[in-house]
Amino acid sequence: MAFEGLTERLQNAMTKLRRKGKISETDLKEVMREIRLALLEADVNFTVVKEFVKVVRERAIGSEVLDSLTSSQQIVKIVNEELTKVMGETAVPLNKSPKIPTIIMMVGLQGAGKTTTAGKLALKLKKEENARPLMIAADVYRPAAIDQLQVLGRDLEIPVFELGTKVNPVEIVRQGLAQAAENKNDYIIIDTAGRLQIDENLMDELAQIKALAAPNEILLTVDSMTGQSAVDVAKGFNEQLDVTGIVLTKLDGDTRGGAALSIRSVTGKPIKFIGQGEKMTDLDVFYPDRMASRILGMGDMLTLIEKAQQDFDEKESAKMAEKFQENTFDFNDFLSQMDQLQNMGPMEDIMKMIPGMANNPAMKNVKMDPKDIDHMRATVYSMTPQERENPDVLNPSRRRRIAAGAGRPIVEVNRMIKQFGEMKKMMKKMNSGNFEGMEGMLGKGVTGRLAKMSMNSMVRKNKKNKKKRMKKNKNSRK
Amino acid sequence: MGIFSRIKQAFTGEEPESSEQEKYDKGLEKSRKTFGQRLNSLFANFRTVDEDFFEELEETLIEADVGFETAMTISRELQEEVKLRNVSDPDAVSAAIIEKLVDLYESEGENEDNSIAQAESGPTVILFVGVNGVGKTTTIGKLAHRYHEEGKKVLLAAGDTFRAGAIEQLAEWGRRVDVEVVRGPEKSDPASVIFDAVKRAKEEDYDVLLVDTAGRLQNKVNLMSELDKIKRIISREIPDAPHEVLLVLDATTGQNALIQAKQFKETTDVSGIVLTKLDGTARGGIVLAIRNEMHLPVKLAGLGEQMDDLRDFNAEDFVYGLFKGLVREQPAKEEAETTEE
Repeated sequence: MAFEGLTERLQNAMTKLRRKGKISETDLKEVMREIRLALLEADVNFTVVKEFVKVVRERAIGSEVLDSLTSSQQIVKIVNEELTKVMGETAVPLNKSPKIPTIIMMVGLQGAGKTTTAGKLALKLKKEENARPLMIAADVYRPAAIDQLQVLGRDLEIPVFELGTKVNPVEIVRQGLAQAAENKNDYIIIDTAGRLQIDENLMDELAQIKALAAPNEILLTVDSMTGQSAVDVAKGFNEQLDVTGIVLTKLDGDTRGGAALSIRSVTGKPIKFIGQGEKMTDLDVFYPDRMASRILGMGDMLTLIEKAQQDFDEKESAKMAEKFQENTFDFNDFLSQMDQLQNMGPMEDIMKMIPGMANNPAMKNVKMDPKDIDHMRATVYSMTPQERENPDVLNPSRRRRIAAGAGRPIVEVNRMIKQFGEMKKMMKKMNSGNFEGMEGMLGKGVTGRLAKMSMNSMVRKNKKNKKKRMKKNKNSRK
Repeated sequence: MGIFSRIKQAFTGEEPESSEQEKYDKGLEKSRKTFGQRLNSLFANFRTVDEDFFEELEETLIEADVGFETAMTISRELQEEVKLRNVSDPDAVSAAIIEKLVDLYESEGENEDNSIAQAESGPTVILFVGVNGVGKTTTIGKLAHRYHEEGKKVLLAAGDTFRAGAIEQLAEWGRRVDVEVVRGPEKSDPASVIFDAVKRAKEEDYDVLLVDTAGRLQNKVNLMSELDKIKRIISREIPDAPHEVLLVLDATTGQNALIQAKQFKETTDVSGIVLTKLDGTARGGIVLAIRNEMHLPVKLAGLGEQMDDLRDFNAEDFVYGLFKGLVREQPAKEEAETTEE
């Protein structure tokens, strides 16, 4: 597939350049082209890309990137900074009315996820602010849209106001507002029907609802997988309704989400929430910097770059490495690593955080079954403390016992022990600072210092955890 | 008849108009105009063919949603050709671009079957899959309406037991178009509902069974294996079923559409595509991308919210429509093209 991240594209372009020795103006053009392609590939609208590349180019020329040894990192950094700037520097909270009720109106195309988001938002408000929201079902067009909101309301224990499908939506909203006033609801969420931004009648209906309800927040809900047309949609809705915020949905998919950048830059309106899953609790506040990394397919690399610049103390890490060099990697470490992974969320998401992994073609076909980790965990739990600390004692009889205890086939136990052995070898290498033959792990895109840096940080994290655990063990033994 | 020869006929004025053609023209007026206009303004803006021209061309193609890969391929091949023939006149290049697009489209689309397969005997089973909110249920409603009008005995299976109100949505469609719907309780196993539906379709001699499924993102392993299970169950009851597995794609989706097609194809062996919300997009290029990068035929197109806004997709008519506007506005091209051939 065609998806290489910006990092990989840049690295490739830069390698070519480095062979040349001196970098010229035309070479810079080549680099800018890579940025342009990376953004276009991520579905960012082409006019937005143009504008964006211009800015990056100017900054790149200004900051003498070309002389720097790590010029590709520098450029990535500039791109990321600019991207974050366009996306908004910080998360923007929901607009609130000084006195109740705060009125929120959901608008957008068909199938963007308005109703689901309305439910999620209501639940979020209820849970986090102890709010008493009322949802108004103003989608009278799509079959069973009202049922959908009612079912959500019933499950979440949030009241829904509806008048069936025979009543004009504007009238429904009017009566709904009256009911909310009577019941002193502090939030009102109006769920409207999906519509095209070019549908004059339906857009006029929204304008009427807006005039009547005077909402504090008009949230344009957009599918994050939208392509080039995201700009038209955002423009259309914004011009006619002056939306106050954006909700990006279905971000739990594997889309790059370039639409976010397009929308943000044509409307200038903040992205407030993102939908990241099918559960009703899967609505999160939007963090511009994370989205920036995702669009570029850079994983968490930027944080690493920042870290390297700010507080990367080589001496300190060398000392640490020495200290822990003799420590071995056992099943307890394995388990704690597993825990760490699981605390971070679903496997696919974590994979994306690792630099180079997001776009590593080899990773594309790896499908992580969430249960795999549970199985491995069960296997380790079926070992005695001695076996966990000293895996060498695992003879066939012990393995059979473990397999029976974990309820997994013996081949799986064997496979896991083998995998563990390889991991152990790797860890030993890493602890001694030897990264030979391991660069490949992070994909072609990340090589050299960058890879080393990320490896180092991983090693450090593991050691820290181990130290903590050993301390705990000591204390408990006392 | 090849598309290219049809476009050529457009020059000479002897152009065959069918009623099917008119339908497309009407529904896709927006797509066609914009695609043609874009290319036209591109040609108008450049006096010479240089690097900037190709950059602009790439953007024009990408903006028309022909897909990243396709756009790059076209641009690369053209650059080579321009070098080879040593042309610098944008007019000559524009003819070459259209030729290239059409060629590409035709060569990739050989042996493509746009019709919906029918069972030789017993019920025809059509399974609908896709990500969330693309319009699976709506498409089923529209298709049920069409088959019902044709006098067929239609059964719907409410396989989306997950999303709130989805069963009710399909049931409402069932009421509107007057066909039976097999449904189970919410949150129940969709496979069991579908099993019941298949059994009933067999026993009660239905002609067509349309199976709805819950929307799922293609990167969710568990949900994708659920689809696999559903498909297995259908095949177990009726050996050559499902006769069609239709992937429903939202026409406004960007590059992700291609990944969707790839993943769904792997799990459920998708046999065709339904392109929905085509009335809302100003770009028809997605059709090129689908053929060039996915190798799947588009079988149906959703062009609006009404019950009968579902059309058989005729790729040739569609692409002809796309390019027609382009060619007509540029009668001067005629000469350049005939000399090239």
